Amino acid sequence: MTGDCVARLDGVSHRYGTVDALADVTLDIPAGRMVGVIGPDGVGKSTLLALLAGVRRIQSGTVTVLDGDMADAVHRRTSCARIAYMPQGLGRNLYPTLSVFENVDFFGRLFGQSEAERRTRIADLTRATGLDPFVGRPAGKLSGGMKQKLSLCCALMHDPDLLVLDEPTTGVDPLSRRQFWELIDTIRARRPQMSVLVATAYMEEAARFDWLAAMDDGREIAHGAPAEILARADETSLERAFIALLPAEKRARHAPVVVRPRVAAADETPAIEAEGLTRRFGDFVAVDHVSFRIGRGEIFGFLGSNGCGKTTTMKMLTGLLPASDGRAELFGAPIGAGDVGLRRNVGYMSQAFSLYAELTVRQNLDLHARLYHLPRAEVAPRIAELLARYDLEAVADQRPDALPLGIKQRLQLAVAVLHRPPLLILDEPTSGVDPIARDAFWRTLIDLSRDEGVTIFLSTHFMNEAERCDRISLMHAGRVLAVGTPAELAAARGGGSLEEAFVAYLAEAGGVGAVPAETESAVPATPAGVASAEAPAAVPKRFDPGRLWAYARREAMELLRDPIRLVFALVGPIVLMMAFGWGISFDVENLKWAAFDQDRTPESRALLESFSGSRYFTERPPVSSTAELDDRMRRGELALVVEIPPGFGRDLQNGRVPEVGVWIDGAMPFRGETTRSYVGGLALQYAQQRAIERAGPNASASTLDVEVRYRYNQAFKSVVAMVPSIIALMLILIPAVMSAVAVVREKETGSIANFRATPTGKVEFLVGKQLPYVAVAMASFATLMILAVTLFGVPVTGSFAALALGTLLYCFATTGFGQLVSTFTRTQVAAVFATAILAVVPAVNFSGLLVPVASLSGGARVLGLAFPAAWYQPISVGTFAKALGFSAVWPQMVVLAVFSVAYLIAARTFLQKQER
Amino acid sequence: MGRETRAVSKRPAGTGLAARLANVFRLTVKELRSIRADPIMLLLVVYAFTINVYSVATGASVEATNLAVAVVDEDRSALSRRIADGLTPPLFRPAVEIGAAEIDGALDAGRVVFVVEIPPRFEADVLAGRKTAVQVNVDATAITQAGNGSAYIRTIVADQVASFLAGRDGAAASPVDVVVRATFNPNLKSSWFTSVMQVVNSITMLTVILTGAALIREREQGTVEHLLIMPVVPSEIMLSKILANGLVTLVATGLSLVLVVQGGLAVPIAGSLPLFLAGAAVYVFTVAALGIMLGTIANTMGQFGLLAIPVLLVTQLLSGSATPLESMPAGLRWVMWTISPTPHFVSFAQGVLYRGAGATVVWPPLVAVAVIGGVYFAVALRRFRRVVFGA
Repeated sequence: MTGDCVARLDGVSHRYGTVDALADVTLDIPAGRMVGVIGPDGVGKSTLLALLAGVRRIQSGTVTVLDGDMADAVHRRTSCARIAYMPQGLGRNLYPTLSVFENVDFFGRLFGQSEAERRTRIADLTRATGLDPFVGRPAGKLSGGMKQKLSLCCALMHDPDLLVLDEPTTGVDPLSRRQFWELIDTIRARRPQMSVLVATAYMEEAARFDWLAAMDDGREIAHGAPAEILARADETSLERAFIALLPAEKRARHAPVVVRPRVAAADETPAIEAEGLTRRFGDFVAVDHVSFRIGRGEIFGFLGSNGCGKTTTMKMLTGLLPASDGRAELFGAPIGAGDVGLRRNVGYMSQAFSLYAELTVRQNLDLHARLYHLPRAEVAPRIAELLARYDLEAVADQRPDALPLGIKQRLQLAVAVLHRPPLLILDEPTSGVDPIARDAFWRTLIDLSRDEGVTIFLSTHFMNEAERCDRISLMHAGRVLAVGTPAELAAARGGGSLEEAFVAYLAEAGGVGAVPAETESAVPATPAGVASAEAPAAVPKRFDPGRLWAYARREAMELLRDPIRLVFALVGPIVLMMAFGWGISFDVENLKWAAFDQDRTPESRALLESFSGSRYFTERPPVSSTAELDDRMRRGELALVVEIPPGFGRDLQNGRVPEVGVWIDGAMPFRGETTRSYVGGLALQYAQQRAIERAGPNASASTLDVEVRYRYNQAFKSVVAMVPSIIALMLILIPAVMSAVAVVREKETGSIANFRATPTGKVEFLVGKQLPYVAVAMASFATLMILAVTLFGVPVTGSFAALALGTLLYCFATTGFGQLVSTFTRTQVAAVFATAILAVVPAVNFSGLLVPVASLSGGARVLGLAFPAAWYQPISVGTFAKALGFSAVWPQMVVLAVFSVAYLIAARTFLQKQER
Repeated sequence: MGRETRAVSKRPAGTGLAARLANVFRLTVKELRSIRADPIMLLLVVYAFTINVYSVATGASVEATNLAVAVVDEDRSALSRRIADGLTPPLFRPAVEIGAAEIDGALDAGRVVFVVEIPPRFEADVLAGRKTAVQVNVDATAITQAGNGSAYIRTIVADQVASFLAGRDGAAASPVDVVVRATFNPNLKSSWFTSVMQVVNSITMLTVILTGAALIREREQGTVEHLLIMPVVPSEIMLSKILANGLVTLVATGLSLVLVVQGGLAVPIAGSLPLFLAGAAVYVFTVAALGIMLGTIANTMGQFGLLAIPVLLVTQLLSGSATPLESMPAGLRWVMWTISPTPHFVSFAQGVLYRGAGATVVWPPLVAVAVIGGVYFAVALRRFRRVVFGA
């Protein structure tokens, strides 16, 4: 490493559409230090970190990390073994169904560590983080703080030289936050050469770092040690220093938060009164006999570790969740789950953004105004007022998904207060919001409480916010530990700060995830894994079957942990096979016919008898008039009418060839055509009969015979052809839909970051994720085949090996198709939808199931042949019914193999190793 | 500072019928805006109702046309050539001549469905009145075309031989002249049928996926929860989803019938289009309720996809829109009639669009669709409440 810089940015700019995330940033980041990037939301902190970690593509400028250019793919690949990246969001890069051990283990495999090495490292890391009692617990069931610790374990698994953490403690409670930083300190003490780069919104955390870069509007406004920054701004706290360093016009907008005293309300009925409120989910008690009273106009704060029951309590108070036990009243009236009237009194803001991302800011406000039935004349002025008050005018016609978190939170608050409710329930309204926006938010809360008497019930992780509340309540593991004014609570635990009191209360209650001091000291000074870090990290190979296997293994575990998906995938085809094997039949029988006999002679009756004698026809009462004929055919009651004109018998006797009219229902052409051929056969039979009657038996001895030989299916039964075709259909639709969500799901949940930040190659990622679906498809094939042989009596007459190999190639092609769709769609909805629409039509219509491919023409033929189903169907039908072997079906196998490779290549092209 | 305490509302607002209708209306507008915001989905809707319908109607025909046939001519006489020439388009693709040794290969590979084999000395035998036979080998795994195709070949061979002989001596003519007329579709063109049936399939597929996905999206993003905090009730949320997505499908259906089916494919529509669209509205309501029901059973999009595909396939393939309903086993037919609205709607659609039947004739299937829809809606609403409230 040259000099003391771990990374260098030179003239780096980055734009999203028309928005500048970074504007010409030039910065040298010192090595071996704890470096913080601070600034409000949406100023480009995350973009900066992502560029440094190599997970985002550089648009302009030069980014040098670990002495190499990050625009160079070879340098990225070789250096990513030395960089670890933890993206923003609680546990966003974790796999929720995998256990703690399995999550960390997966990362170890990606970096090619041996099993022994992985075990030692995981044992070390989980002990250091205090996660060792929970190694078997699924990541999704951990609290927020524990998730972040697990994420850290995953990041540290390969002893990185540069650790990049994007807001690792946002949304984490104070105790867990404290433990998290202690952990980082311990690890840095062990590996002093490691550089740590952190983005954070907590200024008190940033104050402890070695070196800071403050950012605003995509520009760096100050850097240096915290003390230098404080000195430059001539301020005592970093938060104030940051505000002082802002451009003048922004600084002017900021005003300190002043909490005015509360005036007791005239109405003494409490706004909220809860008694013994309890909520159970199965065996788990989320909220355990919670009682409190909140007066009118009070600001009541709810504090507690993640997952302690705060959100559940709030949901019960809004009527979203029914209580299992206990009682709660709002303004003296009991809460009922379906109570619509009560909801007008409550404004609610949920923890995650829960407004419509597809509607603009104004449309969201308008929707809510209408649903609360604001008088028509008031709607427009009220929306204008809110846009102004919450500083949303500039973004009124934008969609919220593109806005920074702070602005989204303001919008959520605007929506919550829109109908002027006397009670606001706000679940972590300021989580992830920068200090300036948070202060602005609080000023509006205080105005609402003090000027309009609105009762505010909120939860928070920020201690300075808790101090502004009239009263606070500490909650842990479903129970309320203490209630009182902030000063009372701080005094009750030794009179220190509120944070210390909070930590003390939690420690006393035996906080989950607390790191006992002795565990930390038990960590060996140099664990086995760390020793090797002194040597330069091995350069990862271009292609490593181990990484491919790691992805295959992980995808398979996730699939196995989602039994619903697995059951659908295996049982669905069986049900369909039974329904279709019996249900789809092209045998035309039970045709309803009626006679329209206008002659009524023995001759006419003789003709009609040949119809009633046929096994294909079912006779209905005769037709007596043309009008009736029209009517009954229009109703679809009759499929066939035989009309015999008056004088038929006479004409026949006289050798004049009389005309017989046959009406066929042509509404369903296939059935109509079959009916027509039946009629032709009956007419021929009748003619021969007449000939015999007139000229004696010798006349029937025609010299010509047309022998029709039905090959492969002598009995000419639908099922022999349908069963192999249905197998072809099932093995394309189900596997394709399953694999279609594989990649796009990672994009939605955020775990795709692991693919971007580790040495994983595109082919390793794609093929690895594809293998489990191929395995499921093959299992499905096995069950379908057993069903075909046993239940439907359709044996494999040809080569079973050829069928199995052909099926394997086909499954690679169909899952490859699903993955291809998955790489270019952005949401799971679109992926499922696109796969269904693109696959169902060619698979059902153009693959030989309904019409032989040989008889297709034009675009349909092209569409059919451009899809693997049309190539597999001959293999399936051939080996089942036609007794074929390898020699006959190898060309189709080659085509299927080409399909699999082509889909993989196309998916590889669409898949982005770096985010744009 | 003037201090005013906000009034606590006690009146049960938002529960009157007018207020409820207003809620449904607002939510429907919201749903429509959501649909508009997703261009990929709209593109797929357009694709499903245009290219999709067109290609299925023109390409896949179960009627006997374009039959792939080969001839093995071991006679090489005027009569054998005459038979080969008789296999003409549009019924047959131009016949390929192959050797006797190639028969198995051609059938095995599925290159042809029929092989007509004319034996040596065929013409001489026919003229001499000696017994002779033309052999037709049929690939009986091509189940839709094998039966009718071989019947046609049999007739063509017989006709060609008869007319060949007719010049020489007066062959006995048939005692009666059977004139077959197909009502509603005189030439039995399958594009008339498949185009409209494909429109029906698109209605089913799009409505189920759109509504189900709209619900799952709200559940996954947590917006449903937010809606339920407001003075709206689950039935309003469900109805608005049904209305908005149903409206999109209905408009697409109308346009598809007029522009693609009548315009592009020149298929005449016998009955009243407004009557059909009214029926389609009832059907869309029913399948939208089905979509919501599936959306409450599945928890994620991945599960929804796996659940929806089999349901869609069953409703499509066992509805009488692909194969005749009469040939299904009675038990299965009864089950489909009970649980699926599609067979009823297909019979309604065939009645109106092909046979030109009026409302007085086609009301029974429509009532059946509505009844099934009512049951679906009730079940969906029940499940919706349970899933969203987590009770």
